[in-house]
Amino acid sequence: MANVLVNAPKTAKKGQVVEIKALIMHVMETGYRPGTNGRIIPRNIIQDFTATWNGREIFRMKMSPAIAANPFVSFFTVANESGTIGFRWSGDEGFVAEHQVAITVT
Amino acid sequence: MRGLPTAAVLLAVFTGSLALAQGDGRRSGYRDMSPALQKMQDDDTANPAMLFVQAGETLWNEKAGTAGKSCADCHNDATVSMKGVAARYPAVAAETGKPVDLEGRINLCRTNRQQAPALPAESDDLLALSAYIALQSRGELIAPPNDVQLAALRTKGAEIYKQRQGQLNLSCANCHDDNPEKKLAGATIPQGHPTGYPIYRLEWQALGSLKRRLRNCVVGMRAEAWPYEATEYLALESYLMERARGMVMDAPGVRP
Amino acid sequence: MLRRSFLAGAVTTTVTIVPFAAHATPDTLAAVIKEVTGGAPLREGKVTLDIPPLVENGNAVPLTVKVDSPMTADDHVKAIHIFNEKNPQPHVFNAWLSPANGQARVATRIKLADSQKVVAVAETSKGEFWSAHTDVIVTIAACIEDAT
Repeated sequence: MANVLVNAPKTAKKGQVVEIKALIMHVMETGYRPGTNGRIIPRNIIQDFTATWNGREIFRMKMSPAIAANPFVSFFTVANESGTIGFRWSGDEGFVAEHQVAITVT
Repeated sequence: MRGLPTAAVLLAVFTGSLALAQGDGRRSGYRDMSPALQKMQDDDTANPAMLFVQAGETLWNEKAGTAGKSCADCHNDATVSMKGVAARYPAVAAETGKPVDLEGRINLCRTNRQQAPALPAESDDLLALSAYIALQSRGELIAPPNDVQLAALRTKGAEIYKQRQGQLNLSCANCHDDNPEKKLAGATIPQGHPTGYPIYRLEWQALGSLKRRLRNCVVGMRAEAWPYEATEYLALESYLMERARGMVMDAPGVRP
Repeated sequence: MLRRSFLAGAVTTTVTIVPFAAHATPDTLAAVIKEVTGGAPLREGKVTLDIPPLVENGNAVPLTVKVDSPMTADDHVKAIHIFNEKNPQPHVFNAWLSPANGQARVATRIKLADSQKVVAVAETSKGEFWSAHTDVIVTIAACIEDAT
């Protein structure tokens, strides 16, 4: 299971705009670095990050090798209904990581 | 001069407005970073070192070895039992009667108590545990113990610190005692206090120990780095922690 | 100016990551921007790109991009594209948004291989393209690790 650190409020008022932060451990190897043997280390990055609220997409990001290792993302979203905020990262070498947090909206 | 009251210091850490400067002129490398990097360190929801802390917390609770014990089985809640511990290393280990650093102590528990293989140096697991334990010393004052063996190590460490070495013929003291806050190739030279270890170093894009940082320095000076098991590192760590006695720990830190 | 006094006594070191492969250039940058806009006019404004002007290490540079937009169904930011000028390739990231975001603001950490220009292009639901750019000076740590 991937090492993920998500920060989202547990509760919110309906209509409130909340900040969501997500950190994931990943080497984000650019594919441009030579290793100690002088050969280029192959690219190994997360390419896609999506967030959903009760299954509906609220944010999507395409990452390139220019995103720093252990990628950090912060975005905002309007709290409309109680439920589940889902996160999905996918990328090179079949990498997939998923995470969910519950939120109560009153 | 030495040390603010612990409660006031803790408050400063958690509000992110950490001064990290002693009245005696000593300052943590945190103070030499840009506000953007300080902010990265202060925000537990954005500090990449916290990924390692999280992994460490999981390992703390995981049973390991033929003894089938977790750290928690003996040490219970780390936020209580490990409070201030990292601020007191290197120390003399009871089992061996010899000085060890924090990573060495973790491995003594692994091999002797958990009957599990030692974790390799700079491995993710060892760094994760070290980060989780060091977090419990955040805001604590560095207070290495007093002991005849440690005193001897510190003396040796002080000698190494002042010894010129390598192709550039530099000693640690040349930069960190004689020229702190000045620039070296665009980077600010810190005083070199180990208040934030283990650190997430941007240069590494990963968490690393004080030993790794010391190796970087030695290689950076174009000197030959001592082998990983060499006692020179323990001697230097002991000296540096003594030199930083009374300073506030800000582990796990972010550094450029 | 602030930057000049900051640099007094300092030396800026450039880091070349790839001796072999091609680098992004100002022309490549213009080309990828055109891919997004399709040739439509790029207007300066509404977009704020927050990057420290001087960074200690190009491996993890904090970046926040904000777009001034009501984020309503009629008028919202559809996408934000970030590009660079001198990395081995010109893309940094693309983010897709909708009124569900409430606020068009995204933060992350990026890699910059050299001192260079970073460009943000925001695409709105009205088919407009707004942009901002920042020049960043990248220095590196003095003692670099030898991986051996």
